[in-house]
Parts: sequence; C-alpha cells; structure tokens
Amino acid sequence: MANVTLRNVRKTYPGGFEAIKGVDVDVGDGQFCVLVGPSGCGKSTLLRMVAGLETVTGGEIDIGGRVVNGIEPADRDIAMVFQNYALYPHMSVYNNMAYGLRNRGMAEAEIKTRVEEAARVLELSAMLDRKPRQLSGGQRQRVAMGRAIVRQPKVFLFDEPLSNLDAKLRIAMRVEIRRLQRRLNTTSIYVTHDQLEAMTLADILVVMNGGQVEQVGNPLAIYEKPATTFVASFIGAPPMNLMSTRPEEIRSQLAGSAAADAGVLGIRPEDFVITDQTPDGGVALPLTVEAIERVGAETFVYGSREQEEKHVAATPGELPPGEIIVRIPGTEAPAIGARIRVAARPAKLHLFSGDGRKRLEA
Amino acid sequence: MVEEEGFRRYIAHIILWIGIAIVAFPVYLAIIASSQDNAVIANGQMSLLPGGHFFETYYQTIFVGTSGSTREPVGNMMLNSLVMALLIAIGKIAISIISAYAIVYFRFPFRMAIFWLIFITLMLPVEVRIYPTYKIVADLHMLDSYAGLSLPLIASATATLLFRQFFMTVPDELLEASRIDGAGPFRFFWDTLLPLSRTNMAALFVILFILGWNQYLWPLLITTRDDMQTIQIGIRKMITTTDALTEWPIVMATAVLAMLPPVFVVVVMQKLFVRGLVETEK
Repeated sequence: MANVTLRNVRKTYPGGFEAIKGVDVDVGDGQFCVLVGPSGCGKSTLLRMVAGLETVTGGEIDIGGRVVNGIEPADRDIAMVFQNYALYPHMSVYNNMAYGLRNRGMAEAEIKTRVEEAARVLELSAMLDRKPRQLSGGQRQRVAMGRAIVRQPKVFLFDEPLSNLDAKLRIAMRVEIRRLQRRLNTTSIYVTHDQLEAMTLADILVVMNGGQVEQVGNPLAIYEKPATTFVASFIGAPPMNLMSTRPEEIRSQLAGSAAADAGVLGIRPEDFVITDQTPDGGVALPLTVEAIERVGAETFVYGSREQEEKHVAATPGELPPGEIIVRIPGTEAPAIGARIRVAARPAKLHLFSGDGRKRLEA
Repeated sequence: MVEEEGFRRYIAHIILWIGIAIVAFPVYLAIIASSQDNAVIANGQMSLLPGGHFFETYYQTIFVGTSGSTREPVGNMMLNSLVMALLIAIGKIAISIISAYAIVYFRFPFRMAIFWLIFITLMLPVEVRIYPTYKIVADLHMLDSYAGLSLPLIASATATLLFRQFFMTVPDELLEASRIDGAGPFRFFWDTLLPLSRTNMAALFVILFILGWNQYLWPLLITTRDDMQTIQIGIRKMITTTDALTEWPIVMATAVLAMLPPVFVVVVMQKLFVRGLVETEK
C-alpha cells in the first residue's frame, strides 16, 4: 500500500521537445487516479515514467515514501497493464502470470497459490493451459490483469487497457476493474482518452493537455466547476457550449457581476431549458433548430445562433461557431427549422477569462 | 465450357508431368547407374532398368571408396560434409541472432556504424575475399580442419539482417512487460525472444544447412588431406581419372548419397520451414 507523489515532474526529449512540463499530482493510498487527455497530451509518457520505462529529466517520483527516479521498473514494486496486453505469446496463461514471480525466485508452491487465486477471481481457471492466441480479447485482458494482480504490487498502472475491446465489453471490464481495485485496495494510476471511463473510474481525475495538468480533483467537482475552457469542453459529452461574451446580446444579459470581465461563457447542454421565460440573472438565447439526435432516453437539439460570432478556442469536441447543443429528456423535440428560445439559470453559467485559462466565479 | 475446362486441365497436367520428368530423370538415372556394372556403363550400353549390383556398389562406396582416384570411403566424406554443414548452420544462427539482439535492443556507441559494417559484408561473398580469408585461415593453422572449413563461412550478414527485421516486429511492450516482470536482458533473450524466433531459426537452418552442404570452392581450397574431403569435392575427384576407367557406379552412388541429407532436412523441417517464411504470428 502506498502513496504516489509526483513533484514537478518533467520530461524533455534529447531533441528539446518538452513532453511533460512540470506535473504535480498526489495520489493517496488505495486511491484510483485517472489521467485523461487528448492524444499527445503526455498522459502515457507520464505513466511510463512512473513505471520506469521512460527516464525522468526533472522533478521527483515518489512511490510509498521512496524516490524511484533511478530505480529499475522491476524494483519499483509496480505492475502494469498494457494497451495491447503484451502477453508472452509462447507461454500458457499460467506461465504468463507466473513468469514475474519466478524471476523473483518465489517458491513454486506459493506461485501456484497466487496464480490460482487470481485465475479464480478473474474467471480464468479453465484456461490456465491455453496460449494467449487461443483467447478472446476480453480474456487476454483478464490475463494481463491477472499478471498484475499476482505480483501484489504497491501500485497498479493501466495504459488504456480497454481501448482494444468492443464497446459492450469495455463497459463490463470497466466495472470489473473498479470492483477489483476496491477489493484489493491498491493504489492505481489509469490512463485513458475516454472521458466517460475517466469520470466513472476515478477517485482523483487529472485532466492533461499539452504536457501540463489542466485540473486535478474529484471527477464530479471537475464536471461542475471546470477550471479552464479546455477542461469544460473535454469533460462531458456532448461538450459544454462555449461562446464569446462579446456580442451585445450576451453581454447585456450578464451585466452586473464579475461576469462583466469574462470573455467566455459556457453552458452545459443539459442546463438549457426550452422556454420563453428568462430566469432572473440567467441567459436566454434564440436558436434555429438545425438537427435532432434522438438516442432514446434523451434528445440532442443542434441549434444555430442568429448572430455569427468569432468562435472560442477549445480544441477537443469543438463546436462550429454559433452552434449550440441542447439536451432535453425524452423524445419530444421541436421540428427542424423551428425557431426556439433556450434559457439557463444563473447557477449553471460557467464564466472564463478571455483566453480560456481561468475560471471566474460570479 | 466443360470440355474446354477439362482440356485445359489436361494441358496443365501434361506440362506438370514434363516438368517432373525433367527434374526426376537425372535422379532416376543416377540411381539406376549406381546399380549397374561399370563395364556396361563404360560400353555405353546401360539399360534404364535397375541392375543387380545395388547393395554391393553402395557398400563399397560408403565403406571403401573408389579403388583409384580418391582412396577415401564416402561415409567419411559425408561425415565431413555433415560436420561442416551443421557447424555453418548452427554457428551462423548463433552468431547472427546474438548480434541482431545487440543491434536492435541495445544503445551503444557506433551502433549504426556496426550495423552498416555488417551490412556491407553482404556485398563481399567468399569468392571476393577468398585470398585474404585463405591467408588468415592458413596463418591460424586451420587448414585441413573443421574450424577452417566452417569458421569463414559462419560470419554472415544475411542471417543477422533477417533476425534484425524479425526483432523489430516484436512489440516493444513485450520487452517492457519483461522489464517489469524482473527479467534482465539475458532472461528476455532466453525466455521470450528465442522461443518467438523458433520458426525463423528453423527456416534459416534449412537454408543454411543446404548452403553449407553444397560448398565447393572453399573446401576445395583449404582441404588437402584425403580424410578431410567433403563429399562435393569427392565426387569431382572421382570423375577425373588419368589412366583408369571412371568408376561410374560409385560416382553415381556418391551423388545419390550426397542428395540424401538435404532432402532429409527439408522433409523433416518442412512444416516449420514454411511457417517461418510465411508466418507473422504475434
């Protein structure tokens, strides 16, 4: 059992490229930390640095009170689950799990106990003699998990372990990973680009972008109070509607608070209501309905604002300028081409500085 | 349509049978000739049916050899050839898999320079560097020895390149998983890379064994003692006789015997060989 603490961790490649630009994260004992961000944001690099597969060029990585910067991966007391599982193709499932233990010189009887216990937990008992190529994707994933479990390490590291599975299996395995982690109570760091996976798994969510941490915290707290426009648009699907506050139409509705300084206004799709009334201190927008998506329990209405405006910088899941998504429950929706009016309550407004780097509290 | 289909098949089969006949007839002839009496062959009246001297000829060939030209039992020549071919095949595989491992998995100074040095030797086959190689082998007192026969042919770039290409297709995560599992460089090589290279090694072994078995120029140069002759040299020597009749049955028997080990190796390792050439399993 151990804490993992990253102190101003940096990674600069020999060519001068800075992949990680100073990251501070503190993962408590037994906590499940998820690193999330778009591809190329450095989340996998950071995980590999914790594992010892990449060198650390600045700062300190501390596992269980011991700085591990110069320590070999095998001696860090960690176990890693890889995206492509990295099972040894020529070894049976049993040997795949036992290999790391044998290398440590553990007694064969103890290895047998541990492997069989892990196989029982992961429902692999019937497959111990098979080779990885005789297994399905989900089963291989379990073997990779088993290989990590039998080690009984201080920390589990997961590098996008579910991205090679189909959607249904991914959800099942997601639940299973979480259940297993709770049971074993082992500190875990998990890398994913899927914000849904991140939201559902994390005790602590670390949102990364361009080698930096954008926000650290409880997933729901991040959802409710994103610190930057990047986090606002990355966490949550469909993404938060972001619009400039410059047009008179919006500016006039925001007047009278810190909102006046804001450059960017954000409203989540589910916080809009189709109504003719404007809540006190809230914001109302007239829209023309462009498209409707019915997914059963809810319906997404894509509307365009009358007023064309310069769009706000927010890279992932970015909306075209002037487009607004509204989420309404059920399947009742206005017709395409209809003119509607949507409004949001003041508590549901997110205000950011003009560059999107700072959240302003109203 | 159906008739044409049948007709085409007929043509295809005829062509195939002609091909088989062209390849198989000399082999058949050698087997027949090795069972005939030498006088009959020398008269030019050899029948295309087996003669009655089969076992007698093979016994003499293997345990006694020709009465004139080589004075060496073919059994011993085969042993020499076998030792040479095995040393070359196994030696090459061992050396090249280790050097490919170093080149692919280790960062050391002049790594690329060394890789290119190995690569360049591809352009210098034995025939090109034969004089300096002979000089070195002679100076090391390795003439007329198994070491002299095999060592110069062991160093080669082809196998190194082949293993290098194969290693580069092995996912990096396997190495990383091994590192986390506490396997050092040697264990990774032994426990993971070698078993994965099994089919490649088998394919190479077949090719290299036949290559070694069929060596002619190099053994011709460095063996002078009769008891170090290889079978390929032996056949050549048997044919050239100055003042006696060439003992054709024995020559033919030797040729047949020379074909057997490569055939045996191919037949036994065929499955692995084909998998090694085709497979990209991982």
